[in-house]
Amino acid sequence: MEIAGGLNDGTGEMNESKVENSAGQDIKIKVLFFARARDLTGVSETSLEMPDGSTAGDCMRNLLVKFPSLQEIYNSMVLAINEEYAAESTLLTSKDELAIIPPISGG
Amino acid sequence: MASAAAEMDLVDILDASSGPIDIARYVDFVRDPAAGAIATFEGTTRDTFEGKLVEELRYEAYVPMAARRLAAICAEARGSWPLLRLAVAHRLGTVGVGEASVFVAASAVHRAEAMEACRYLIDEVKASVPIWKKEVYENGEVWKENKEFLERRAAHHEMDPAHELKETSNGEE
Repeated sequence: MEIAGGLNDGTGEMNESKVENSAGQDIKIKVLFFARARDLTGVSETSLEMPDGSTAGDCMRNLLVKFPSLQEIYNSMVLAINEEYAAESTLLTSKDELAIIPPISGG
Repeated sequence: MASAAAEMDLVDILDASSGPIDIARYVDFVRDPAAGAIATFEGTTRDTFEGKLVEELRYEAYVPMAARRLAAICAEARGSWPLLRLAVAHRLGTVGVGEASVFVAASAVHRAEAMEACRYLIDEVKASVPIWKKEVYENGEVWKENKEFLERRAAHHEMDPAHELKETSNGEE
């Protein structure tokens, strides 16, 4: 995402100072793993520090590096942010809760 | 109006220690003097899958999101049909063969709406509520995947412009 790229380029310049929250600071995200995702990572939750302006997709890419075995479900899983389904393009803010949702099987 | 209707929806996600679903509780919840019909659905653990003997099913959930989704699904049903009262209960933990994992009940003045809403509710549970089951056999166990979820996911993926942009422009929007 271009916006995230602009903030990430390390110059610390904040021309786009319309960002309302603590601009430029890392945001802390809680990540939950369920079912097969938990089997693959070995943990039911973790936390991530991400650059401000990160998307759910950015987090997912980060998680795939941290837990390469998640690749197994990457093409069948979906994401949720704060208990609502979310696209990978969704921007995250600090203290958001990201859930890794492998294919569901209720009922 | 939305919150008044919500009082007529009962959503229970029953933890592993709750024991069998109390079916009568949910049927009685939707019973209404104005109702001509109560439609119900019970999902039960079956003893075989593709020739393999199933010993039990084990359920887990992202409980707060599942509760949220169930409330939303009830509201959606109300948007589609004139309904009186709704109840959905899903059990977590071990559910043995023949036992109920999920129970849905809907009441309405007429049976057509009650039956359609009942079907809608269970179909939506299958497609969108974050609950998972593990099928346990004598010599293995596997997380199940609802085809309703996979089909809906595939449909959304095709419709999501962000997804397509991602594929053609190397991850940048």
